[in-house]
Amino acid sequence: MIESAQWLWCTRRTALARRARTTATLGATLLATLTATLLSGTPAARAAELHVAVAANFLGTLQKLAGPYQAASGNTLSISAGSSGQLLAQIRQGAPFDLFFSADAERPRQLESQGLGLPGSEFTYALGSLVLWSPRPGVIDRRAGVLRAGRFQRLALAAPGSAPYGAAAQQVLRALGLWDRFNQEHKIVIGESITQAWQFAASGNATLAFVALSQVIDAQGHISGSSWLPPQSLYAPLTQDALILKRTRETAAAENFEQWLKRAPQATRILLAAGYRTAP
Amino acid sequence: MALELSVSLARGPLSLQVTCTLPTRGVTALFGRSGSGKTTLLRCIAGLERLPARVCFDGVLWQDARHFVPTHARGVGYVFQEASLFPHRDVRGNLAYALQRQPAGAGGMQLEEVVGLLGLTALMSQRVQELSGGERQRVAIARALLASPRLLLMDEPLSSLDEQSKAEILPHLTRLHETLAIPVIYVSHSIGEVMRLADHLALLQEGRVREVGAMAELLTRADLPLGIGEHRGAVLSGVIDSHEPRYHLSYVHVSGGLLAVSLLESAPGKAVRVRIDARDVSLTLRQPEQTSITNVLPAMLVDLTPEADPAQTLVRLRIGEQLLLARITRRSAEQLALAPGMALYAQIKSVALMDP
Amino acid sequence: MSSADLLALAISLRLAALTTVLLILLCTPLAWWLATARSRWRVPVNALVSLPLVLPPTVLGFYLLVFMGPQGPLGRALAAVSLPSPAFSFSGLVIGSMLYSLPFVVQPLRDAFAGVGSRVLEVAATLRASPFDRFVSVALPLASRGFLTAAVLAFAHTLGEFGVVLMIGGNIPGRTQTASIAIFNHTESLDYSSANHLSATLVIIALVLLLAVHAGRRDREVQPWRWN
Repeated sequence: MIESAQWLWCTRRTALARRARTTATLGATLLATLTATLLSGTPAARAAELHVAVAANFLGTLQKLAGPYQAASGNTLSISAGSSGQLLAQIRQGAPFDLFFSADAERPRQLESQGLGLPGSEFTYALGSLVLWSPRPGVIDRRAGVLRAGRFQRLALAAPGSAPYGAAAQQVLRALGLWDRFNQEHKIVIGESITQAWQFAASGNATLAFVALSQVIDAQGHISGSSWLPPQSLYAPLTQDALILKRTRETAAAENFEQWLKRAPQATRILLAAGYRTAP
Repeated sequence: MALELSVSLARGPLSLQVTCTLPTRGVTALFGRSGSGKTTLLRCIAGLERLPARVCFDGVLWQDARHFVPTHARGVGYVFQEASLFPHRDVRGNLAYALQRQPAGAGGMQLEEVVGLLGLTALMSQRVQELSGGERQRVAIARALLASPRLLLMDEPLSSLDEQSKAEILPHLTRLHETLAIPVIYVSHSIGEVMRLADHLALLQEGRVREVGAMAELLTRADLPLGIGEHRGAVLSGVIDSHEPRYHLSYVHVSGGLLAVSLLESAPGKAVRVRIDARDVSLTLRQPEQTSITNVLPAMLVDLTPEADPAQTLVRLRIGEQLLLARITRRSAEQLALAPGMALYAQIKSVALMDP
Repeated sequence: MSSADLLALAISLRLAALTTVLLILLCTPLAWWLATARSRWRVPVNALVSLPLVLPPTVLGFYLLVFMGPQGPLGRALAAVSLPSPAFSFSGLVIGSMLYSLPFVVQPLRDAFAGVGSRVLEVAATLRASPFDRFVSVALPLASRGFLTAAVLAFAHTLGEFGVVLMIGGNIPGRTQTASIAIFNHTESLDYSSANHLSATLVIIALVLLLAVHAGRRDREVQPWRWN
């Protein structure tokens, strides 16, 4: 009881602070939160709590989107991150989520075909961009000469089998005719997620890494270190889809969130700044 | 009052085929060589081993094919070879453990009594790890007594101690023997301990009970493998009669007469045991006159047995109600025409007192 | 540290404490049986108890999730009596943590009980102590060190648990998001500052607890000594 009250309190903190209604403390009671919820004037008919499952690599961006959305709608977002595969398994086992933000398009499609998603509710929330990256400036030039010449010891990428960005990296390397060569020369290091691929490069253990643009771009749009953006033609689009899950009891709120993501200028701004592109 | 025992076990090298009735008065020694099954038998009586057996103590069935009374319900005290005191309690705590579980109204021994009997007063607040081997064993015995057992089992309690510790404990055990009203079964492979402490003897040989009977009598039986060999002799129980300090002598009254021994400290009336080696006894048909030998007792010849040494013969004599052994040459035996039933005199050259 | 992190820390500590207490209560009879019974079932049971050590945590978590889920045996049994499935709830975390830390409790307890030895227990029996009495008055005091080890191991192991709680719990803030998962979230969002703060706090709490426990024990060292 107390813990859900505390949780309700902490996710509403931004809204409350904005309205400066109460000086809340950690020991806020359930009554206070209920009162605050009821008193806040929101566009939605009543404030809903959305449980969102998100692939780990989109977590940071989603957290950035959560604040503005909560302020605009009065709804609250409870975000649970994990790997897409793990989330898939959990959803199949009845995990109490309302929305599933996957790192790919395949998994939401799977869930929908298994009857676990609201029919027709799958939508693309972002398009990802692959980037070849090194934390040190000057390593990668605009033509990625260092890559083509193989002038490096190790190149990290996410597991192609399970991570869409890893599959995209593999596609790029194949398109450039480098995949087999690098494999033979044992230059490729596979991380179990793009976070790990990023960590390999960030720690200096790999000279280069194929990571998501969102991981290395800052708020001003500058990419740290040095990088090369492979042309979109070299890999299949990194379509990142979301799905409203069938078990949701907050369909209206979930759709509200979907609309906000697609339409609100604030949402678009945050997505672009995070290194994603919006769906057409 | 009896302990009926019937065990039939064949487990690998160990074989026990025992059917006997042990007396439940006094101290019964369970004697035999190492590996003869004494400890196993004792553990079976206690219920620590569940063997195919029938155990019945004073009419109470402790075990048969269908029943098994667990150890904690039998009320047997057990003293192990190593003291096995509780390391998480001090001496007082160990004794208290037994006291707290003493059955109510059993009229059991009280703490002061037992502590006095075993000389533990100075040790009460000591930690168990600080005690010597002999001290630990005394605490173990005291603890076993404080549980108010109906039967006390002692499994070679002295064999893990050095000579000095043994000498330290034996007087306590002897005193225990005198004051204890409960029966004791005492396992030992030391005939010396048996001679000092036992009233009855059960001889165990290769998993079988060879003989059960009064200790003093069994001791004189030449056919029993008591491991004494050369030093075969008799043990006599007696009472201190008087002292003659002038000659530095004391007199012990055994059935059949007085024996002179070196001056004793204890007062007249105290029970003592004396050991008389067969080699120290010679025989004469007529009452000797003007001889330097002080101890001469009238005796009746019971039987003659050949010795391992073909030149010797072992003669068993009855002195009052007790038995005596004499070792003489076969030649003398024939020359004196010794025969069972003859009245003669035993000349005892040396009497060894067994413990103060 | 954010309030979400403090909440995660609170959940972790509650989970570790509850798991430890429940495991000690449940595993004591099991460990006693393993140490003293002369049954041929001991070998397979010992192997089963060690199984959580061998399985990768995510695998263990996955199978537990299936077991507890609405289609699994436990989920369906509970549904039959109108009870919710423990998956994705704190109770599910407790169940998962108990399985995950089981060997860390059973093994030290079992070894401590075995170290008591049969001799002192036989002595107690001859002093008229019933089996339960012997257990409480002799075995428990002499095995106390094992209990301490088991409790410390269970607590620390549960605090650091990740794969199992992530799978069974679903990383729901305020409900099943433990400190270790919160740290994972921070690293995935590349927020290393928060990750470091939370990690350091977790380590310090664990260290303080361990030091307190061991310092308190140092005086009363009771060793069940071996008979040579």
